Amino acid sequence: MATNAPALALDDVTCRFAAREGGEAYTAVANATLRVDAGEFVSVVGPTGCGKSTLLNVAAGLLEPSSGTISVFGERLIAANGVNRRAGYMFQADALMPWRTGIGNVIAGLEFRGVSHAQAVEQGEAWLRRVGLAGFGDRYPHQMSGGMRKRLALAQTLILSPDILLMDEPFSALDVQTRQLMENELLALWAEDRKSVLFITHDLEEAIALSDRVVVLSAGPGTRPIGDFKIDLPRPRDVSEIRMTPAFLALHKEIWGAMKEEVLKAYQRQKAA
Amino acid sequence: MKLRVLQFAVFAALILLWHSLTKPGLLPNFYFEQDNRAAFFFGEPAKVFWVIVEWFTSFEIFEHLWVTLLETLLGFLIGAVSGLAIGLWLALSNTASAVMEPYIKGLNSMPRVVLAPIFAVWFGLGIWSKVALGVTLVFFVVFFNVYQGVREVSPTLLANARMLGASRNQLLRSIYLPSAMSWVFASLHNAVGLAFVGAVVGEYLGSSKGVGYLILQAEGTFDINTVFAGIIVLTGFALVLDALVTLVEQRLMTWQPRASETEKV
Repeated sequence: MATNAPALALDDVTCRFAAREGGEAYTAVANATLRVDAGEFVSVVGPTGCGKSTLLNVAAGLLEPSSGTISVFGERLIAANGVNRRAGYMFQADALMPWRTGIGNVIAGLEFRGVSHAQAVEQGEAWLRRVGLAGFGDRYPHQMSGGMRKRLALAQTLILSPDILLMDEPFSALDVQTRQLMENELLALWAEDRKSVLFITHDLEEAIALSDRVVVLSAGPGTRPIGDFKIDLPRPRDVSEIRMTPAFLALHKEIWGAMKEEVLKAYQRQKAA
Repeated sequence: MKLRVLQFAVFAALILLWHSLTKPGLLPNFYFEQDNRAAFFFGEPAKVFWVIVEWFTSFEIFEHLWVTLLETLLGFLIGAVSGLAIGLWLALSNTASAVMEPYIKGLNSMPRVVLAPIFAVWFGLGIWSKVALGVTLVFFVVFFNVYQGVREVSPTLLANARMLGASRNQLLRSIYLPSAMSWVFASLHNAVGLAFVGAVVGEYLGSSKGVGYLILQAEGTFDINTVFAGIIVLTGFALVLDALVTLVEQRLMTWQPRASETEKV
């Protein structure tokens, strides 16, 4: 395997969805090219409803693009042959199994891989401690708060130590304080072994605070990257403090300048619809 | 506590009304011409009570209750398991469900109680004809719930399990089955009740044992008191059965959120 191959590369990807009765076919993503290097934290920002999640589903191998190719560490990914085995995916919506306890959810992936129960539970307990849920393993998801459920989902994904972490606005449903805590925790966990991360968000501040690189998407339909900004803020970072630094504000201003027009476009289109 | 008292008061009032309207010579006749006519048609609560006591003290009833219970349980189990299996199969296979759809619809709209005489011919007058009737009733309740349950599994949940590396079999066992089971449990009361209906109706149409048989016998000799006694025993039995289902449900469905649940410290 070539060592310099990017962890994840989307090349000229287009996604068209078949028309529902009466309507036209909808092109969610058009000619999008995106690259995430090994160990790189890349955020993708864009206006609401611009097809960010579509892009992520393509990267995960859950969705076959209409055209274009996806490669994972230099290997071609074909959705029909199964999902992206080297990626972990954290969904925006709750994806925990409600009939399993906390620990049962965390070790689900290990169970699927045939790890023995005792060993899986041992690793699961360790991960529960790492995400601050020690002692909550026997609770069911509905007995946990939104923040706890997100941590559980994070442990569920990270326990498999995926080489690529795909995150779809994972913290968007949380309140501001919990969210900043979770962002710091994510950065701390990420710093331990530097996996590649593709992080989707509509929140520019979150994107800058977390990432090495921020990619701006155009308004839908036919979304594609229109800007690529390197974030050279020093690490380790504290997401709540870094927001006050002049370097952060300068970056924010620069990227917002590129994003603003697209956000307004998306807003106009929504208003017209 | 006050509620219990009121509930009992309603019961007492009903019995009293029944008693005063049917006891020969207690009230002047206002509808029937003869004194004992009301008792003939509607029975008398005191006599009904003594029939029940007689049944239980002579242990005669237990043999019949056991047969009815056995028929109910077998009907429920066979119906639920086949409903679960076929529901899963059709929900997961688009071709199969498209092919079978009109037949399932047809069978479900058919009044299945009319099958009872056919089952009696096929399976004889023993328990199996009653079990078969129970199965046809239970099957569809469970089947439709499982079908619905599998079809409505959240796509995010499925995508997540796939990303965690679940194979097709593992998806079936850890996503589809538990999701379908929660719908099955939601219909448990209904299903057990229908299995019971199947057993009693089957007995009533032709049998040599069971509570339905007791009612059938009593009706043949115009023994209204015994008919009422049978009905009351059946009702009590159904209530016990329902309470058992509730217990089972609470044990199995601990993961489901209940409204405003707090823990005692």
